[in-house]
Amino acid sequence: MTVRRAAGSRSRATRDAYGDALLDAARREPRVMALTGDLRDSTRLEAFAETFPDRFVECGIAEQNMAGIAAGLATCGKIPFVSSFAAFAPGRCYDQIRVLIAQPRLNVKLVSTHGGLTVGEDGMSAQAVEDLAMMRALANMTVIVPADATETAAVIDALVDHDGPAYVRLGRSAVPVLFDAGYRFAVGTAPVVRDGGDVTVAACGIMVAEALEAARVLAAEGLEARVLNCATLKPLDEAAVVAAARETGAIVTAEEHTVLGGLGGAVCEVVAASHPVPVERVGVRDRFGESGAPRALQEAYGLTAAEIAAAARRAISRKRRA
Amino acid sequence: MGQTADVPALEARAREFRKTILRIITQAGSGHPGGSLSAIDILTALYFHHLRVDPKRPQWPDRDRFVLSKGHGCPAWYVVLAARGFFDPSHLWTLRQIGSPLQGHPDMTRTPGVDISTGSLGVGFSAAIGMALAGKRDGRPYRVYAMLGDGECQEGAVWEGAMFAAHQGLDNLTAIVDRNGLQQTGPTEERVRLDPLAEKWRAFGWDVQEIDGHDMAAVVGALARAGSATGRPAAIVARTVKGKGVSFVEGVVGFHGKALTADELTRALAELDGTPTGRG
Repeated sequence: MTVRRAAGSRSRATRDAYGDALLDAARREPRVMALTGDLRDSTRLEAFAETFPDRFVECGIAEQNMAGIAAGLATCGKIPFVSSFAAFAPGRCYDQIRVLIAQPRLNVKLVSTHGGLTVGEDGMSAQAVEDLAMMRALANMTVIVPADATETAAVIDALVDHDGPAYVRLGRSAVPVLFDAGYRFAVGTAPVVRDGGDVTVAACGIMVAEALEAARVLAAEGLEARVLNCATLKPLDEAAVVAAARETGAIVTAEEHTVLGGLGGAVCEVVAASHPVPVERVGVRDRFGESGAPRALQEAYGLTAAEIAAAARRAISRKRRA
Repeated sequence: MGQTADVPALEARAREFRKTILRIITQAGSGHPGGSLSAIDILTALYFHHLRVDPKRPQWPDRDRFVLSKGHGCPAWYVVLAARGFFDPSHLWTLRQIGSPLQGHPDMTRTPGVDISTGSLGVGFSAAIGMALAGKRDGRPYRVYAMLGDGECQEGAVWEGAMFAAHQGLDNLTAIVDRNGLQQTGPTEERVRLDPLAEKWRAFGWDVQEIDGHDMAAVVGALARAGSATGRPAAIVARTVKGKGVSFVEGVVGFHGKALTADELTRALAELDGTPTGRG
């Protein structure tokens, strides 16, 4: 599957797209509810709270209770969207998510509007770089990291009709809009955003834009990179990953997350089991973040197109040695 | 409920339930007899007098909800649900075995009548609050009951929920605290002090009653009165005895999570058969 790319160079934070998308979803589906823990501003739910006060729940600074309330609402037929920062949900309420939501497979959507290093200046306590690994480890849980504002809207729309627990990781900072309004999202698919035969970059979230830039750099060197948008980390599109391994012979993973247990881990699991080829993982190297401007943090922690291009060259050279 | 409770009949049921609880835990070889026996009188009053439930329609949207937040007390709940007709009582003898609909802690995906899975302490209470909130927002007539252990009240999430439910004015919610005074390794007051426990719930904005949780008439009365508080959630702090009804189990820390041996079971059943009432 290939996708149409957006023209121009617009930027928008995925959390901004989320606020609009959830309001749209609430207009078409009366079961949709929104819960936050004193973060209606940061999670972009102020318009939702004003438009649908009876379907908005202010839980206060109490994420454990918020996750439990969502589970109880779901047993009564609601579709609760729980919105917080990844540092706090799942960070502060993992047990509630595990016992009350994942184990009974309840229809609760957990949306983190602030994930990864690009939370920025607030520093490492607010920068979850392990949330995807935590959520991937839970059976029954769907895990999605949209690449841009367009995909975020499509993901929220799809999740309203997707019965079961899901975690969506968004970002605080503006990122390039990659896809045009005709973009279609399906849970569990990893579309080819750019095709190529020398190496595959499997990316999610903000790293999809970096992967596309890396592909341009590599193309100038005569190397054609396929870019897979692995927005759904779980269930991973194993067919797309295996096809990439078979057809391009080398893979780079790129994520704004620790290289342990997230997209890099997921791709390695599939490739090692089904079609072993060299894999290089771009991501946070088993460490925590720090304060700084988002772009400065990306540079300092190697979450850039240049880092992906370098990893691609390494992966290709390993392929040739093998 | 409108009709007058038949207290002696409820007491007789609870006495039989005690015997079945101990039998199925011994059959299983593990489980939590102490906290099951402290809770059984309240569970009996709920399911055989108070709750508006229909075993033939376990998903009836307007049913009253019951959440066993102290999930380890589930043998008592299972015995009551079976007697009430939610599932075939023969399943009781498969408790904790692989493939059983009756898991070691409540599992809503396996057991009819279980509205939310629990087990980890402090989590079920929040789900009960979510159910009560849904009822309020939708104008539904049901009530939600949550039973918590007293040791469970050491979990911070309980107090997050207590604060939230009072703020929302969830007067369709009743929390029942099984105040048996013991947690896994010793008296609650020696581990981390809970008293004054009723005062804590009052301070959080709840309408609080304190009762003897083994006095069936008091239990029935408190459950009825809890439904009449308006604008505030209701709490019943029920003073109970862990292992209530069997002399050598009562108040013994070691029977928190250990099955009676076959010999102990024989003695316990003889005692329960000879005990005229469940009153303490």
